[in-house]
Amino acid sequence: MQAVREPQPLVELKGISKHFGEGERRVDALRHITLSVSSGTVVGLLGPSGSGKTTLLNAIGAVIEPSEGWMKLDGEVVYDNRWLRRDLRRLRLEKIGFIFQTHNLLPFLDATDNVAVVHYLAGLRREESLKRAAELLNYLQVGHRKHAMPAQLSGGEAQRVAIARALANRPRIILADEPTAALDSVRAGIVMDLLRTLAVEQQAAVIAVTHDEKIFDRFDRIFRLRDGRVEDDGDAART
Amino acid sequence: MNLAWRDIRHKLGRFLMTCLGLSLLLAVVVTMAGIYRGQTADALALVEAVKADLWVVEAGTHGPFAESSRIPGDTREMVARINGVAEAGSVTLQNVQLERRGRQLRLQVVGYEPGRPGGPVRLVAGRAITRSHYELIADRRTGLTVGETLRLGHKGHDYTVVGVTSGIVTLSGDSIVYMSLKDAQGLQFEQAPPAARREAARGAQRTPTDLVNAVVARLAPHYQAAEVAEVIRRWKHLSVLTDEEQKQLLTQTVIQRARRQLGLFMSVLTVVSAVIIALIVYMLTMEKIREIATLKLIGAPERTIIGLILQQALLMGVIGFVIGTVLVYTFNGYFPRRIVMLPEDIAMLFGVVVLVCLVASLLGVRAALRVDPAEALRG
Repeated sequence: MQAVREPQPLVELKGISKHFGEGERRVDALRHITLSVSSGTVVGLLGPSGSGKTTLLNAIGAVIEPSEGWMKLDGEVVYDNRWLRRDLRRLRLEKIGFIFQTHNLLPFLDATDNVAVVHYLAGLRREESLKRAAELLNYLQVGHRKHAMPAQLSGGEAQRVAIARALANRPRIILADEPTAALDSVRAGIVMDLLRTLAVEQQAAVIAVTHDEKIFDRFDRIFRLRDGRVEDDGDAART
Repeated sequence: MNLAWRDIRHKLGRFLMTCLGLSLLLAVVVTMAGIYRGQTADALALVEAVKADLWVVEAGTHGPFAESSRIPGDTREMVARINGVAEAGSVTLQNVQLERRGRQLRLQVVGYEPGRPGGPVRLVAGRAITRSHYELIADRRTGLTVGETLRLGHKGHDYTVVGVTSGIVTLSGDSIVYMSLKDAQGLQFEQAPPAARREAARGAQRTPTDLVNAVVARLAPHYQAAEVAEVIRRWKHLSVLTDEEQKQLLTQTVIQRARRQLGLFMSVLTVVSAVIIALIVYMLTMEKIREIATLKLIGAPERTIIGLILQQALLMGVIGFVIGTVLVYTFNGYFPRRIVMLPEDIAMLFGVVVLVCLVASLLGVRAALRVDPAEALRG
C-alpha cells in the first residue's frame, strides 16, 4: 500500500506580531498571527485598508523583521523571538518570488533581461540565464515581446513579464500584492489561473493580498485580517 | 549584465547632456591648471630664451625682472674678461604700448647686441637681426609677420619684422619683441623733442644713453656659475644672479601670489565640481529609488546597488573630464594667456576627478543603501 504524502507546510507562522513606534505612538500592525500555508495551495489575504495585509506579506517575504513570534519558510526557521536569520537577501533570492500591484519592471531592461536579472543576481551564466528567461516568457505567452521595453508593454503583458521574473528563481513561495489590481476581469482570471497552475506544477505556495472580489473563488484558502489579527481562516468556498 | 550601463543607455540623451554640463565645469578646472602652469612658463620664457648662465645687474637689486636695474653699457666688456666667461651681452627691457589696427598692443622690447647673448636662440620664421638699426624680431603672439613694419618711438621710426619667435612673453603675458641694443637704448632714453628742448632750456645735463638693464653671460665648459658669480660679487658695484637663482626668483616670489590665487581658485572649483557631481549622483539615485527597492527585494546584494551608482558616477566623471580636456585642447589658442597642459598634470587631474566622483557618490550610495526593499511593495 502506498502512503499518501501530506503536503508540506511551506509557510508557518506562530504568534507573529509586528509593531511600529513605541509608547503613545506605538502601532500594532500584526497581533499574534498564526497560520500555515502548504505547497500547491493558493491563499488570499483579505481585509480593509490598515488591517495589516501588506505588513504580513512583508514579514513572510523577509522584508521586515517581526517584533515577536516564530516563522519558518520552506523548512528553515527565519525568525524565532528576536532571533532573525542573517542572510535574508539570499533567502528572498532563492526561495521567494514577488509579484507587485504595479508590475515594477526595471524600466531600463527589456522583457528578457527583466527576467534574467534574477539569474544574474544568482550568478547564473548569461547564456543559460537568457535561455531560461525565454522559456519562462514563452510559457507565460509573452515570448513574442521578449525584446520590448516595459514602457512598450500593455498592462497584461507587463504583469505576465513580472510573473515570469517572480518565477525565475523557481521559488517555493510566491507573494503577490494585488496582482490583478491593474487588470480587467478576464485578464485577472487568467493571471489567477496561471498562479494556481504554477502552485500545483512547482509545488509552491502562493499568497496573494487582494481586494478584488472577482478572484475570491480562485483561492484555496482565505485569511481575513482586521486590526492586525486573523479574523477568519478558512476555505474560500465559505467566503 | 551591467545594470549601470543599461540604465545609462535607457536615458542616454539626458546622461550625455549631464556629462556635457559637467565637462564645461571640469574644463574650467583643467584650464585653471593650464593657466597655473602657463604662468610659470610665461615667467620663465624670456629667461629660458636667453640661455644665460649669469645675470649681472645693478648693485643691491634683483633685476632686471623683479626690480629695475641700470648699469653702464661697458659693464659687458668687464664681465666678458672674467676668467670662465665665454661670452657676454648687454640687454635692455622696456614696456611699450601702442595702437595697431585699432587695437591696443602691449609689448616688451628687449634690446640686445646681435651676435652676443641676450637675443632669441630659436626663430620659427625669418632670420636674426643683421643690421644695426630698424630691424625687429617679434613673437608670434603680437600678430606680426615677417616683412611687416611697426612704428615705434618719439621719432616714429618704422621697424621691419625680420624674424618671428614663438611663446616668448613676459610675466604678465605681454608679447616680446627684440631689436638691436642701439635702437632699444634710443627708444628707452631719447626724449620727445618738446621735452628735450625744455631740459636744454633748464640747463640740465644730457642723460647718458649708454645704459643697459643687465649683462648676461654664458660660461665656458667646466666653469661653475656660482664660482664665477662670486668673483663678480667681490667687485661690490654689481649684483649677480645665476640662471637658477633668476628662475627661482621669478617663480617663487614674483608670480607666487598669482600662482597661489590660481591654485586656490582651482581647489575651490574642484570642491564645487565635487558638490555638483554629488548632487547629480544623488538626484540620479533618488530617481531610481523604486528600481533600487525592487532590486533589493528580489535579492540584489549591496555591491550590485553600490556598483550601479559608482559606475554611473565614474562614467559621468570620466566622460565629463575627457570632453572638458578635449575642449581645452581644441580652444587652447584662443585663450589670452598661455595654457600649458602637461601630461602629468592631466593624469593627476584625472585621478582627482575619479577620487571626487567616488567621494561625491557616497551621498547617493548612502541613500541607496537606506532604501527599504518594502518600498517596492508600496502601491
